[in-house]
Amino acid sequence: MSHHYLLPDISQPGKIGCSLPDLDVPPAELPPKDLLRQQLELPEISEVGLMRYFTALSKLNYGVDTGFYPLGSCTMKYNPKWHEDIARLPGFASIHPHQSEESAQGALQLMFELQQYLAEITGMSATSLVPMAGAQGEFAGLLMVKAYHRDRRDKARKKILLTDSSHGTNPASAVMCGFEIGTVASDSEGNVAMKSLESAMNEEVAALTLTMPTTLGLFDPQMLEISRLVHERGGLLGADGANLNAFLGRVKFGELGYDYVQLNLHKTFSTPHGGGGPGSGPVCVKEDLAGFLPSPSVTKSGAKYKLVSTPKSIGRIANFYGNFGVMCKAYAYIRSLGAAGLKEISEDAVLNANYLKEKLKPYYHLPYDRTCMHEVVFSGRRQKAKGIHTVDIAKRLLDYGLHPPTVYFPLIVDEALMIEPTETESKRTLDAFVEAMKEIARDVEANPEILHTAPHNTPIRRLDDVRAARNPDLRWQMRS
Amino acid sequence: MTPKEYRYTQEHEWICPESNNKGKVGLADYAQSQLGDIVFLDLPSPGTQVGQGQKMGEVESVKAVTDIFAPASGQVVEINQTIIDEPGLVNKDPYGAGWLVKMELNKPSELDALMDSDKYDEFVAQLTEDESHPAGG
Amino acid sequence: MPSPYLPNTDADRSAMLGEIGVGSIEELFQDIPERLRHAQFNLPSPLSELELKKELSRLASLNASLDNYACFLGAGSYRHFIPATVEHVIGRSELYTAYTPYQAEVSQGTLQGTYEYQSLICQLTAMEASNAGMYDGSTAAAEAAIMACLITKRDRVTVSTTVNPTYREVISAYVKARDHSTETVELGSRLPADCACLVVQQPNFFGHLEEMEIQVRKAHDIGALFVAIVDPISLGMFKPPGQYGADIAVADGQALGNPMSFGGPGLGIFTCRQKYLRQMPGRIVGKTVDAEGKPGYVMTLVTREQYIRRERATSNICTSEALMALAAAVYLATLGKSGLRQVANLCYHKAHYAAQKISRLKGYSLVFPEPFFKEFAISCPVAPSGINQVLSEERIIGGLDISHIIDNSMLLCVTEMNTRQEIDRLVEILGGS
Repeated sequence: MSHHYLLPDISQPGKIGCSLPDLDVPPAELPPKDLLRQQLELPEISEVGLMRYFTALSKLNYGVDTGFYPLGSCTMKYNPKWHEDIARLPGFASIHPHQSEESAQGALQLMFELQQYLAEITGMSATSLVPMAGAQGEFAGLLMVKAYHRDRRDKARKKILLTDSSHGTNPASAVMCGFEIGTVASDSEGNVAMKSLESAMNEEVAALTLTMPTTLGLFDPQMLEISRLVHERGGLLGADGANLNAFLGRVKFGELGYDYVQLNLHKTFSTPHGGGGPGSGPVCVKEDLAGFLPSPSVTKSGAKYKLVSTPKSIGRIANFYGNFGVMCKAYAYIRSLGAAGLKEISEDAVLNANYLKEKLKPYYHLPYDRTCMHEVVFSGRRQKAKGIHTVDIAKRLLDYGLHPPTVYFPLIVDEALMIEPTETESKRTLDAFVEAMKEIARDVEANPEILHTAPHNTPIRRLDDVRAARNPDLRWQMRS
Repeated sequence: MTPKEYRYTQEHEWICPESNNKGKVGLADYAQSQLGDIVFLDLPSPGTQVGQGQKMGEVESVKAVTDIFAPASGQVVEINQTIIDEPGLVNKDPYGAGWLVKMELNKPSELDALMDSDKYDEFVAQLTEDESHPAGG
Repeated sequence: MPSPYLPNTDADRSAMLGEIGVGSIEELFQDIPERLRHAQFNLPSPLSELELKKELSRLASLNASLDNYACFLGAGSYRHFIPATVEHVIGRSELYTAYTPYQAEVSQGTLQGTYEYQSLICQLTAMEASNAGMYDGSTAAAEAAIMACLITKRDRVTVSTTVNPTYREVISAYVKARDHSTETVELGSRLPADCACLVVQQPNFFGHLEEMEIQVRKAHDIGALFVAIVDPISLGMFKPPGQYGADIAVADGQALGNPMSFGGPGLGIFTCRQKYLRQMPGRIVGKTVDAEGKPGYVMTLVTREQYIRRERATSNICTSEALMALAAAVYLATLGKSGLRQVANLCYHKAHYAAQKISRLKGYSLVFPEPFFKEFAISCPVAPSGINQVLSEERIIGGLDISHIIDNSMLLCVTEMNTRQEIDRLVEILGGS
């Protein structure tokens, strides 16, 4: 199989993967020798060899186009194929960020309208499209919180509150902004433990970051109370909007009391995940924070679209304006749906997740037995008692041609299995997943060995990540 | 299971008193089993002064990273070079060949404040009990 | 009209509701206060696929595409040749519809592709270790500065005045976010003894090649790290950062097989010395074996990252630009040893041809002396904005107006995409204006 080979193994001197033109101008004098590079060792492979190699690699990969991919809080919905056609339109792909604004009015209009759509969808006043992923959107949001309090001359606000179910990027982003972290506990229903919030929320707290629905897939019915408490004590309320698919077209973050929310275009808005990017993490804010948005934004002046920066902006956090190539796909997606289309999405997303919840709960422990939203979290603890861990369940699912859900997150659930089916899966697919999970539950008793040694049917067997960490081999080398 | 002559911290380090006010320090079996396969250790270099309870290093497994706290105050005099090259030894033999550092103790009486092996076994038993009946999840 | 992306039928929905034990989907939203779960949205009416393509094409046509213009604009985003292999590899849906390779056994395409990328970047930069990529060159530079602060335990960052101004702004935003300080320095001046790093761009923002070895020594003499921001295409010709002693080297990889796309997505190339590996942010892929001893690839050293280390992580980065990194790997593999050299040569000689001709025009001169690579600043007889207007009418995109930095000056870029005819035409029009 091709995966045994690496590029140097198929390299041969004198080969090349494309043709280049000859120099059509008289050559200039070369710079001094000590500036020049003597050796450049890169593989030399024909186009034929390259395409075979990369084609073989692609066949080892599983994407949404391969099958069910229920990673929790990742929203692995199907990516409409017209996305790719649109992003590749020369008028979008072959435009330079520094070309004159007059010559990029189509791009600026698209960005302006997308800013507006996202603000409308989230119930906010303004949007920055600059952040290039959700984590960067969080970072931008927290920088704006910092700037907001500094502007009010409130120097005491040194802390960000997070829940114990928060994604790792939440505390990491807070520390990147020089904040300390306080944790708010969840109660036995999976909601914010109000006593914990009461004691944590004081004048040292700049903001509470609260994912909604939470990473447990649950909507906290105390939402408005939480918002009231935080604001009463002078803090801001921010959302990690990764889970927007749960109430897209139904609920506005602004009406829940949020001051800012960061979105993931590569999740909720169907742009492809790329194997780990490119994404886009716009941040939408209420009026009070709009002056602090990252630079630049797009405004409309008469009939003209322009790039502008606000005087109190937190500054630039990207070389240019954000991931435009991703924005045009999200823009097209919203235009294909309208308000009614957005609502249909969250309805089927929530229906699918609740269906899985009902069908799986006889076999797997459900820590929070209540209506979930777009995702449901199970625990593998029944199986753990029999010596099977969630990782084994995940690896065995691979043998059924299914991608496993997220495992071991959120941290407050032991042996967590976080399942987000999304609206682009049919009942048929869900039933096949349930059948596989039922068989695995049976194998825990009947045939545990097959789970311990799974996967069996994948291009490669279970990989030794201990060895990879103990003896890092992170690159090949080619020497002349 | 836990050696009788050792003393234990709440953070699951052990210290074994040696002659001449020295002490050998390591991680308890509970710590290594919680961490899983250890892949890397960040230990203080010889000569480093540490206070009791102060962070003195880090241990990484594939899926977690945790701090190592000094069980007593003193100066680090030797690190176990074998485990640097073979971190798995800490998993295999946490109370023996998998020791971390040797220290010269400032105040050997500090060891009295630590748990003896019976108390530590009780402590771990309670933790394991709590884990199998967690609140809510 | 049923949606092509909602595969459930009404029959399916009824059946599922029955199994759940509720009468309607509405009941599943019961945790949300009634008055908050029926928000109204002012959005345009939906378009069918056919109408969507038309509308988006119309918007795209309002932009001057550089497929129809000669382009002499650079300054951080570059028009380089993209071989056909790149799009055909990254267009394979098994690769682009996947996500973070948490399940390595079904993600060997992504993982092995990343290992190849890391390797190729190390070969290109002569640095010892590379991560899987970050957002863009500017944030890579910012994260490099932060990493230097963490390693040296100092909180002062110095950045050369000749670094791209927007990169300096981004570095500043990130460094100040952690309440550290950042200042710009002239390369000739002395460095403050307590600085964590010196950041220098090579070639610099104006296209000019700096004397890197001297700067590296200056930084190391005071115990600071040296961060190089490089042009990856230039490394087909010029000495790479690993050879002049950089501790961390970053770049924007858009030039390696990715379209300009109005400035994003780019690709943050990030490399460092082996000894700093554990402080390097971002994803890293490593080689290992499976249960049968077959070679395979996994994400490794994950305890550096946010999902393990959380508030102690060096960075919060999760999703980056994986597909762009794969494109860069395909690009470098396609061009290979001789191809990248040839592209660099074409850029160098064409840029020098243009510079020579322009500098002979009355009223024009080169602002900086040799050596330079593919970009150079010219001083103009009249405001560059006027010149660019004229050029635009001739379907030429002129250089970046840098009059706010240097009076009446423009930063031009010439790559392998510019033909002799285009350059001659540019010179002709500049001479006429």
